Amino acid sequence: MSDQQHCKDYLTQISDFIDGDLHPQLCAQLEEHLQNCENCTIVVNTMKRTIELYRVSTEPQEIPQDVRARLFKCLYLDDFRK
Amino acid sequence: MIEDNNLYSPEFINRLKSGNREAFTQLVEETSSKIYNLALRMLEKEQDAEDVLQETYIKALRNISSFEGRSSVLTWLYRIATNEALMIMRKHKTSGTVVDIDQDDDEDGEGLQIVDWCCLPESEMMSKETQIKLQEAANLLSPLLKAVFLLRDVERLSGQETALILGINEDAVKTRLVRARLKLRERLTGYFSERIKMEVANE
Ligand SMILES: [Zn+2]
Repeated sequence: MSDQQHCKDYLTQISDFIDGDLHPQLCAQLEEHLQNCENCTIVVNTMKRTIELYRVSTEPQEIPQDVRARLFKCLYLDDFRK
Repeated sequence: MIEDNNLYSPEFINRLKSGNREAFTQLVEETSSKIYNLALRMLEKEQDAEDVLQETYIKALRNISSFEGRSSVLTWLYRIATNEALMIMRKHKTSGTVVDIDQDDDEDGEGLQIVDWCCLPESEMMSKETQIKLQEAANLLSPLLKAVFLLRDVERLSGQETALILGINEDAVKTRLVRARLKLRERLTGYFSERIKMEVANE
C-alpha cells in the first residue's frame, strides 16, 4: 500500500493469478505481497467478481427458431434437417 | 459400419471436407447456438448477429475443403465469425468519426479506484441495473478488446485458441485481456461506489 507504482506493476500478474496460470515463483511473490497490501487484494477480488458478474449478465440465449430456419435456408440445407 | 459423428473425429472432418451435406448440417446444428451467442454479445443487435451467423456458415461451406485441421472445427468457425463481427463493429465505430480502432483507446486506463464493493448485498450486485451497466461498459471497449474479453472470459477459450482466432500472438492476447478486465472493473467500481455512497447517505 505504501508504494502505488509498485502495485501497478502487479496488475498483469494479478490477471494471470486469477486465471491460475501465474508462474509458481511469481505466484508466491504475489501472495506474499497480497498479505500486506489491502489495495491489491481489493483489485484481485473486484476483478474476479467483475468477470463473474459479466458472465451472469450474459447468459446464453437459445437461437430463435426463425433465425435458425433462415440460416438453413440460406445454406440450402433445409432438406437435410432432422 | 458405424460412423463416428463426433465433430472432432477425423472421419467426420473428412466427410465435411468432401462436401457431405449431412455432415455440414450436423455441424450447423451443433455449433450455431455458440456462434449466434458470440455474435450477439459482440454486436448487441439481433439483426447484426444474424448477419454474422449466416455469413459465417456461408464462408465455412465455401472454404471447408481447405480446412487444414490445425485447430478444431469450432475454433475455425469462431475465427470466421469473430472476423465478420469485428468488421461490422469497425464499420459502426468509424461512421461519424475517423479513428483507428485498434489503437485500443489505450492509455486512458490509468485510474485505479480502490473500493471494496464485494461487501455489497448479492441482490445489489446481481440487479438488472448492474447487468445493464456491465453491458454498457463492455460496449465501450474497443472491438479488439471486447473480442479478447469475450473469447477468453465468456467463451472460456485458451490464450492460444484466442490468439489463433484473432491472428495475434499470445502475449498480445494477454495484455489486451488485462486492459479489458481493468476497464470493466474500473467502470463497475465507479458505479458501485456511487451506490455505496448513496446507501451511507440514506442511513
Ligand atoms: Zn499492492
